[in-house]
Amino acid sequence: MSADKLVDYDEVLTRYEPLIGLETHVELGTASKMFCGCSTVFGAEPNTQTCPVCLGLPGALPVANEAAIEATIRIGLALGCRIATWCRFARKNYFYPDIPKGFQTSQYDEPLCTAGHLDVEVDGETYRVEIERVHLEEDTGKNLHVGGATGRIHGADHSLVDYNRAGIPLVEIVTRPIPGAGAKAPEVARAYVTELREIVKTLGVSDVKMEQGSLRCDVNLSLAPVGGLEWGTRTETKNVNSLRSVERSVRYEMRRQAAVLDDGLRIVQETRHFHEDTGSTSSGRSKEEATDYRYFPEPDLVPLAPDEEWVAKLAATLPELPAARRVRLSEEWGLSATEMAWLLNAGALDLVGDTVAAGAPPADARKWWLGELARRANDAGVELPELAVTPGQVAELVGLVAAGTINDQLARQVLDGVLAGEGDPAAVVESRGLAVMGESDELVAAVDAAIAGAPDVVAKVQGGKVQALGALVGAVMKTTRGKADAATVKRMLEERLL
Amino acid sequence: MSSPVNDARASSAGDGGAERVRSRGEDSTVTSMTVTELQAALKDGATSVDLTRAYLDRIAADDGTLGAYLHVDPETALETAAAVDAAGRAGTGLAGLPVALKDVVVTEGVPTTSGSKILQGWLPPYDATVAARLKGAGTVLLGKTNMDEFAMGSSTENSAYRVTRNPWNPERIPGGSSGGSSAAVAGGLAPWAIGTDTGGSIRQPAALTGLVGHKPTYGSVSRYGLIAFSSSLDQAGPMARTVLDAALLHEAIGGHDPLDSTSIDVPLPVLAESARRGAAGDLSGLTVGVVRELGGDGHAEGYETGVLARFAEAVALLESLGAEVREVSCPAFDLALPAYYLIAPSEASSNLARFDGVRYGLRVGDDGTRDLDEVMALTREQGFGPEVKRRIILGTYALSSGYYEAYYGQAQKVRTLISRDFNAAFDSADGSRVDVLVSPTTPTVAFPLGARVDDPIAMYAADLCTLPASLAGVPAISVPCGLSDGLPVGLQIMAPALADDRCYRVAAALEAAQDAARGFRFLDQLTRRTADATEGAA
Repeated sequence: MSADKLVDYDEVLTRYEPLIGLETHVELGTASKMFCGCSTVFGAEPNTQTCPVCLGLPGALPVANEAAIEATIRIGLALGCRIATWCRFARKNYFYPDIPKGFQTSQYDEPLCTAGHLDVEVDGETYRVEIERVHLEEDTGKNLHVGGATGRIHGADHSLVDYNRAGIPLVEIVTRPIPGAGAKAPEVARAYVTELREIVKTLGVSDVKMEQGSLRCDVNLSLAPVGGLEWGTRTETKNVNSLRSVERSVRYEMRRQAAVLDDGLRIVQETRHFHEDTGSTSSGRSKEEATDYRYFPEPDLVPLAPDEEWVAKLAATLPELPAARRVRLSEEWGLSATEMAWLLNAGALDLVGDTVAAGAPPADARKWWLGELARRANDAGVELPELAVTPGQVAELVGLVAAGTINDQLARQVLDGVLAGEGDPAAVVESRGLAVMGESDELVAAVDAAIAGAPDVVAKVQGGKVQALGALVGAVMKTTRGKADAATVKRMLEERLL
Repeated sequence: MSSPVNDARASSAGDGGAERVRSRGEDSTVTSMTVTELQAALKDGATSVDLTRAYLDRIAADDGTLGAYLHVDPETALETAAAVDAAGRAGTGLAGLPVALKDVVVTEGVPTTSGSKILQGWLPPYDATVAARLKGAGTVLLGKTNMDEFAMGSSTENSAYRVTRNPWNPERIPGGSSGGSSAAVAGGLAPWAIGTDTGGSIRQPAALTGLVGHKPTYGSVSRYGLIAFSSSLDQAGPMARTVLDAALLHEAIGGHDPLDSTSIDVPLPVLAESARRGAAGDLSGLTVGVVRELGGDGHAEGYETGVLARFAEAVALLESLGAEVREVSCPAFDLALPAYYLIAPSEASSNLARFDGVRYGLRVGDDGTRDLDEVMALTREQGFGPEVKRRIILGTYALSSGYYEAYYGQAQKVRTLISRDFNAAFDSADGSRVDVLVSPTTPTVAFPLGARVDDPIAMYAADLCTLPASLAGVPAISVPCGLSDGLPVGLQIMAPALADDRCYRVAAALEAAQDAARGFRFLDQLTRRTADATEGAA
């Protein structure tokens, strides 16, 4: 759908310097909504998790959710922010059907957390991302446009609104503009969101599922001529709903903006939408006539004044954060920085960690998750954690191999069974009869049959070409459908032929 | 002047069947009793159904003229009353007593419009805390009373539905915005009623109809379920014929509510007992400050002579009861009106944004040819009346980028100054401290219907005396202090935050002394006044 002119990526960097900034929204996993007692469970029938407060009925009043305030402070602390000793909610006024009150209860010039930072690593380089603010607000409802081809409002017959999401606590984390990323800007943006997601997940305050919208990203980007003193006009790309999209949207906007500037035109300050299918962005509403949100302190809520002792206690009880954990695990598992990076990129760190915790040696755990399991996830087009196998089951599998009950080849068949829902590895070994064969009658018969069936090979072996034994081993493995132990078979052949 | 009260020809209900419940001295008809008298009647064997029917009869007979109610459901009211009777609850606490609610109070299953077309037909799925508490106490809802649209006004003429007349003189306004409640109680169409006060909407109509009306300390009565006008100012409170009745109603609705974050979590002061003690009439040891800026020397412009005379007499009466009286200056009070008319409209512009036609109430122009913005705009264009639009525009402007500091910001500073003036009066350590501040409740008596509808500034001036207490969040009561030109005048008593009991004590002392001196208590004869007026006109 895009007819945008694009400049080749490497060429962009010869003339322009990118400046990125990210606004990330995290839906908190509190049991109830921000200002009422309604449930926050995802996926319920539309408008079943609503009440007078989150529907904005006349007369209804908000009461702030303390668990959400606590979660926001913990995020702020994990990002090294200063926690306000006194702050207020503010009303952000604008008309749209998905905001039931005609304003969103948010925070304006008095956010709960300010002035933090997050270090992210890309290709061995560390980039410091300054955090401007972390504030708490409420989510909007969801509009569903019915009857159009695109699911957007244009061309739709009518629109429906679901207020189940309205009022779910939402934490907004805003970075300061990130300079100096240069050609790595797309990767830095991605690494930042990845790291932020890990932190929030570690804190246990949100499930941070980008595909369900519990973590959402707006990407700001502007270009300045190399060596120029002033930053250019920025665009804000919304709807960036996967880590890969964060990277792609930065890349696309860099190429598009460079083409606009090359033509001597100016960048329009606007909201743009990212399209997963094409990897392109398109113009949304223009901010030329910026909306005046008429912020003012929310008179229906009392100011927030987090008690210093409470904040100190929250700081003292933060869990081990991902960066520290990676350092520790690298040491414990004896990994190089590159190996750790592979684990992270594959999203396998927690899986490997849990597998190790379940008793598997780190090297085996890594081997399975990064090898066979990564391959299967890729074939199935899913993320690793979505595979129907648990770290406990992988540890069990590793244990069965180590005990000699199965070999690697059998283990892959066991995995088939586990993924097919046939139960834990030991059960699959049992039900599918996949245990390694001992020197049973069946195996003796198979060995004898192999010798009898290939006199030419036997002659070669006995003539001194011991490598030819491999063909006989292969034949035995074939008749036993992999259940035999190759070393045992080889020994048995040697005993008979040499 | 002749007393209009205690005339045996009172009831237009005619036969007086349900009206007559056990003679209690001169007040032999239900609808001229105080609530404490009604309580006694219930204990003596009258039923809630008797009382309820008496008021419903009066409503049926007189509300066509008076225009006090927007919604009355006699059947449900009588059913509720019968249930209270059947449960044997009538006469315990407030059980069995009828009550009227201003239509700004959300009531489950009962139409609630806040006086606006934009909410026509809306049936709320929940009860305001005030409504729930009254329901829980076993009171019987007579109906929902008329009001200025979204409580914006001082005469009830901004109602989208009907004109409400002052029972003392049907050609006069009943005050506002709680004018339906004031007319209902003053006219004998309800024994008492709930009003709400943002800048004076309880006190001003109470004063203009000869009632007691109290605006509680901000945060001491739950706002949950009051359709918001200005969140930082709105408070619900009682409107009644006597100070004691008002205190009883206040006690029933007040106290902490976890559903309202701005609700103060401290126990309510003892109110009814303070009223009873006050009625004994001894005010020795009490210091009363007369606010110079509210009708005093150099600040009397716009105040009627009769009002100032009644006020002076009332102050003298307080002094005769033992109070020490001195003049107090509160310079920032002069700025209350402009500050109020920035803060209240600003908050209103945001509070009223939810009325967009999407979820409930009126929706205009949704015929498939118009887009969302047009439907919202048409809905608001047709759903809101001119005064509401005026304030939305005013508030939107005051909050807009570039003007915020100059308007909303400045107004908030004035608000702080007004609070300081109150603190200086109530807390100063140098011996100039006062226990309460007093002023006339309104600069004038009830003005003629239509007199100020085309002059918003003149209309706004009706709240001149009541605004400071609203902006500072302190409690204030209006208590009748005589007549001027045959129309009631009110005295306002302001106290420090959470000291609502002081308002009741002083008001009760004044009330008792006046009753003794005056020989009558209140108007309950709408029909005679109406007849006189008609005769006069002819």
